[in-house]
Amino acid sequence: MPASVTPLYFFVVSALIFAIGAAGVLIRRNAIVVFMCIEMMLSAVNLTFIAAAHYLNSLDGVLMVFFVMTVAAAEAAVGLGIFVLLFRGRKTIRVDEINLLKW
Amino acid sequence: MIDLVWLIPLFPAVGFLFNGLIGKWLDLDKRVVGSVACTALGLSFLFSILIFFSLLKLPPEARAAVPDKVLFDWIVSGDFKTVIGYKVDPLSIVMALVVSGVSFFIHVYSVGYMHDDPGFTRYFAYLNLFVFMMLTLVLANNFLLMFVGWEGVGLCSYLLIGFWFERDAPANAGKKAFVVNRVGDFGFLLGIFLIFAHLGTVGFNEVFAKAPSLDTATVTLITLMLFVGAAGKSAQIPLYVWLPDAMEGPTPVSSLIHAATMVTSGVYMIARCHLLYSMAPISMAVVAIVGAATALYAASMGLLQFDIKRVLAYSTISQLGYMFLAVGVGAFSAGIFHLMTHAFFKGLLFLGAGSVMHAMSGELDMRKMGGIWKRVPITFLTFLVATLAIAGIPGFSGFFSKDEILWQAFSSNHGHLYLWVVGAVAAGMTAFYMFRLLFVTFLGPCRASEEVKKHIHESPPIMTIPLMVLALLSVIGGYVGIPHILGGRNFFHEFLAPVLGGAPQGTEHAAFSLVRPVFASGGAAVGEGVNMELLLMGVSVAVAIIGICIAFYLYIWKTEVPKRLGERFKTIYTIVFNKYYVDEIYEVCFVNSTKKLGTFLWRRFDDGVVDRSVNLVAELMAWLGSVLRRIQTGYVQSYALGIILGAVIIIIFLIR
Repeated sequence: MPASVTPLYFFVVSALIFAIGAAGVLIRRNAIVVFMCIEMMLSAVNLTFIAAAHYLNSLDGVLMVFFVMTVAAAEAAVGLGIFVLLFRGRKTIRVDEINLLKW
Repeated sequence: MIDLVWLIPLFPAVGFLFNGLIGKWLDLDKRVVGSVACTALGLSFLFSILIFFSLLKLPPEARAAVPDKVLFDWIVSGDFKTVIGYKVDPLSIVMALVVSGVSFFIHVYSVGYMHDDPGFTRYFAYLNLFVFMMLTLVLANNFLLMFVGWEGVGLCSYLLIGFWFERDAPANAGKKAFVVNRVGDFGFLLGIFLIFAHLGTVGFNEVFAKAPSLDTATVTLITLMLFVGAAGKSAQIPLYVWLPDAMEGPTPVSSLIHAATMVTSGVYMIARCHLLYSMAPISMAVVAIVGAATALYAASMGLLQFDIKRVLAYSTISQLGYMFLAVGVGAFSAGIFHLMTHAFFKGLLFLGAGSVMHAMSGELDMRKMGGIWKRVPITFLTFLVATLAIAGIPGFSGFFSKDEILWQAFSSNHGHLYLWVVGAVAAGMTAFYMFRLLFVTFLGPCRASEEVKKHIHESPPIMTIPLMVLALLSVIGGYVGIPHILGGRNFFHEFLAPVLGGAPQGTEHAAFSLVRPVFASGGAAVGEGVNMELLLMGVSVAVAIIGICIAFYLYIWKTEVPKRLGERFKTIYTIVFNKYYVDEIYEVCFVNSTKKLGTFLWRRFDDGVVDRSVNLVAELMAWLGSVLRRIQTGYVQSYALGIILGAVIIIIFLIR
């Protein structure tokens, strides 16, 4: 990796990905897309960790990434299961149509 | 041995827990419950005796200085510190002996008396709890622990008066006793607060050591407050009204709590605080006057009652008045002496009344009795002994103690001729109404219905043996305190002297010192004090005998006379028969106005202010909720927005 590539590049990229993901979570209506946006946010965080680990010569960041990936995998399993059930019951997975838990 | 003093109250406490928890739960047999309760008391009595003898072995001056047995710290808070500790000195051990001894015999009697009652286990649990509290009261080494016992016996009194709570009268009587006692306890508590405020401690030893530093006004206030407490618990004017009603409880309870032990705790308390009272002559005068007035007033109410237990109740109030008269004139040991003999003969009288009720199928009205002495010979004989004792006939215990009180009322520095006159008149009345009771109940023609007549029978031995023991004590109990004038030695007074001191009874000593010259020289002039004592003794015995003769004349010889007299003095008769309408006056003055105040506060303050302000707060919250719940849209994304905004705000704060 050329020395001109400073950690800032990585951080800017990952911040952008994180922002895009967050915006998607807030804006998109399809639950699966929202879900993918969440995965994007997690990946952005992973990227930060890896970059920081590389430049600090530490394994801590890498270790965290494994945890994040594990959680993401578990979350995917549970989340997708919920969507399947939701779709069975309500014939939709649009999040703006699912608002039972309110006053 | 003396270190084991804490065992004395412990046994009844264990008995209470056993009977109250396990006995009730397992529904134990009556024999088990009864023997546990009696054994607990028996052990208590045994230890009291043992400790009494170990105390006797010490030289007299060391007896009052036995270090307190402190079990553990109870309350420690800033400057305030108090312990659970027991005090052993001649005064407390005499009280412990009387309490545990009389309680033991009454427990035994109760086993027979309450045998068919469904609440047998509950009864014995309460009774044991009572004795535990009473022993705590008399053995406590500080005011606060004494107050615990004080309240505890009040509670037990309430529970046992209202023992048959399914009927209205006992339940109301219990309530009345509790409320009236609360008035007195309030005064007692204020007295303790005052002591703590001025001396910074509530331990007896510390308080009495520091007491001389108090000024007279403070001591007077403290002692008057303590006396309010004593007047409530010991049924003195004006707080005596609860005691006659307390007769609604089972008869052994009346005997134990409302004659022998609990009601005398006021006398004990004043004797315990005699140092404070000696510093406050005004309080002494108040105590003596209230005592004398009560002695006369209660005796007059006893004259016309027909309910056996009520007569005895008024008699108890009157005798308590004597004890207060004694402590009020500074004759503390005479007061305690009368307390002891009274516990014997009045306890016996109540037990005898219970035995009569047992024989008469529960009848209490003496107009429906008469002529039963042959059928209940033991009850009659023991009752006769107790009656002779309370009337003050020479040779019986009551004579010695009552006479000592009357002599002190006349001769002590705080005494006065009028106090003696009141006391002597009350003694005559006592002799009259007690013999009236005896004659009407046991002698003359039988006025019971045929049905009742058939069932008249002597009580079983378990009831008559305690009667006999107490009768024996009623006779010999007085011989521990024979007046010097009669050539005896007042062991009782000497035993208590290290605690109560000989100072206020200087006249007794003066009289004593005069005896010798009289015998030595046969001189008349030096013997004035002695002659006076003999004269007064003679007068009081004569008054008692006149009372007995009048009773004999009216109720045995010319039985139609009382009715004629009653019609002739109808106004007085009606007023006295209705107990001077004091209950009614209290009802109008205090009870009704309190009820009105209560109703007012309930309607206006409780409903109007407290409830409304609470409701207002609730309504405000409901409104706020109805507005704020709009935040909960149910859309996941709006919550996500909230999370992200929150995170952004936190980050802004962190990086700033």
